[in-house]
Amino acid sequence: MQTLIFRTVAPYLTSLMVLFSVFVLLRGHNEPGGGFIGGLIAASAFAIYAIACGVEPVRRALYFHPLAISGSGLMISALSGLISLFFGVPFLTGQWTVIHVLGVPVDISTVLFFDIGVYLVVVGSITSIALGLEEREHD
Amino acid sequence: MAVGTAETVDLSGAMVLAPAPLADWVVVAPVAIPIIFGAFLLMIRHETRLHATIAIVGLLTTLAFNAALLARVLDQGPVVMTMGGWLPPFGISFAADALGASFSFAATLVAVVGAVYAITDIGSVGRRYGFYPFMMLMMAGVGGSFLTGDIFNLYVWFEVFLISSFGMLVLGSERPQLDGTMKYAILNLIGTTFFLIATALLYGAFGTLNMADIVRKADGLRGTAPLMTLAVFYLLAFGMKAAAFPVHFWLPASYHTPRIVTAALFGGVLTKVGVYALLRTEVMLFSPEREVLSGLIGWVAAATMIVGIMGALAQTDIRRVLGFVVISGVGVMLAGLALGTMEGVAGTVFYAFHSMVVMSALYLLAGVMNGIGGTYTLRTLSGLYASHPLVAVFAFLLMLSVAGLPPASGLWPKIMLVEASIEAGSPWLAFAILATGLLTTLALGRVFLLAIWRPAIEKAVPSPTSPTIGYVALGALAVPTLLMGLYPEPFISVAEHAAAGLLDASVYIGSVFPEGVVP
Repeated sequence: MQTLIFRTVAPYLTSLMVLFSVFVLLRGHNEPGGGFIGGLIAASAFAIYAIACGVEPVRRALYFHPLAISGSGLMISALSGLISLFFGVPFLTGQWTVIHVLGVPVDISTVLFFDIGVYLVVVGSITSIALGLEEREHD
Repeated sequence: MAVGTAETVDLSGAMVLAPAPLADWVVVAPVAIPIIFGAFLLMIRHETRLHATIAIVGLLTTLAFNAALLARVLDQGPVVMTMGGWLPPFGISFAADALGASFSFAATLVAVVGAVYAITDIGSVGRRYGFYPFMMLMMAGVGGSFLTGDIFNLYVWFEVFLISSFGMLVLGSERPQLDGTMKYAILNLIGTTFFLIATALLYGAFGTLNMADIVRKADGLRGTAPLMTLAVFYLLAFGMKAAAFPVHFWLPASYHTPRIVTAALFGGVLTKVGVYALLRTEVMLFSPEREVLSGLIGWVAAATMIVGIMGALAQTDIRRVLGFVVISGVGVMLAGLALGTMEGVAGTVFYAFHSMVVMSALYLLAGVMNGIGGTYTLRTLSGLYASHPLVAVFAFLLMLSVAGLPPASGLWPKIMLVEASIEAGSPWLAFAILATGLLTTLALGRVFLLAIWRPAIEKAVPSPTSPTIGYVALGALAVPTLLMGLYPEPFISVAEHAAAGLLDASVYIGSVFPEGVVP
């Protein structure tokens, strides 16, 4: 799209939205939010960037193919469920641990990794669809 | 939600605190392994040369876990694991009984053969479109449908395999494929919408989605809740998925368009998921309602058989012939559902094993015949016996099998169903099964005569190439067919085990809710 304002704002808007999507993803642990909605926000960020600057820059910026991203997300989610295998509890049971980063206790859990997997699945698949649709328009 | 809460809150009211034995994980493996392999294939989608090998390794691993699961279920009764460690009615349970475990094993066996055949059938373009990842995810959905013990989770797995199957159908994006996929997608989505509405209604009435819990509560709710409506809704929804008359029309409209290996998997496996779901809901969950409906189901079964096989007689494209043969097979399986007796249900289960193997093999055979003769139409396909006698051997065996003649697998389940119909006082149903067998012999005999026995007509001289992978795949499916025909006792005993588990769900309930767990 040849609008100067939009093209100027889009990179900032995209980075802000991706940052916000990560915030929503992590917040979703105990409050409204989570991987699915976070993934949608990130996917719309990439869609906006593609509208402003074209599909090719987005593909280059993502480096990995969107479908490969969603495959890796599915893998992370499935493997996070398998971790409970080693603790004698059923599939997908949450396992928690606390690590100290610079003296601040941070809860790390398999649930978090499951949610990150969901985030990546949604980012990958929706971005793939969005980029596919936007590409067609310029043919 | 931190770690410390475990000490202060009594979790025994919400979670299973007993450790889950490692052996219980076999109930999750048939679903988790295809998902992991499918995800991995998606990540390396450009390395198309590796896809087939990875998929076959993944499916063989799944098959091994399925075999372990089946052995354990037959030995010790249903294997149950409730996800996340929550107590059963709250968490989602995976509960494998003899029915689910044996169906899952048979479906995975067919999928392994399909993955092998796909090496020749799916070129690098098809792989780039994602044939193998879709196939792995479809098998995860199919396995999940067979093993889950939660009716809403069953809906989720239905969606998983349906969405993957859309991807497999449309592979190649040719005009007839898009046309077939459109019909398939719309009609299946209507079917699953009925499924979802029925499940919402069921949740409103029961307040639970766990199948064992539903069976327990059904007797108490029979006077007040609309159980008959639910049974009819599920009959319609799953009848649509299984392609029963009069909601079968989507199948012949779409199954002749995709790659032949896709058609083999769909014709072999996916319609059986519908039959499985019918058995699970109508026989186990709503047994008294099924008895009231049994006259209707019986007519639907007979009509499906006859309409299906009549359609097969009228077609000239082998794939369309097979599509209609799949439908008539579904009719035979519905006959056991209509009877609802021990032998009837066991006959249906055995027929489903037979049908999974034989229908897939027939589609692969059609693919092999097309590879040699260059066409699927019976007008020009000819002379295969002279050029490829081995194809004729496989074709003859599979024809006998699907028609229900010895020495192949179709014979015994049909005998069981005919016997059960006569015992239950419905000789007309037995007559319908036998008439269908005769018409199937005619329909496939016609294919055999024209494509194989007829001397090659000038326009279509068979190519002299030898389809090695096709022979391997057909051989791998011919072995279980012959085994079921010549040594049926173990299969009959598994089928009877499965039928007994459906007709008397107390063992199933007992393994989902062991003593001492208060709902």
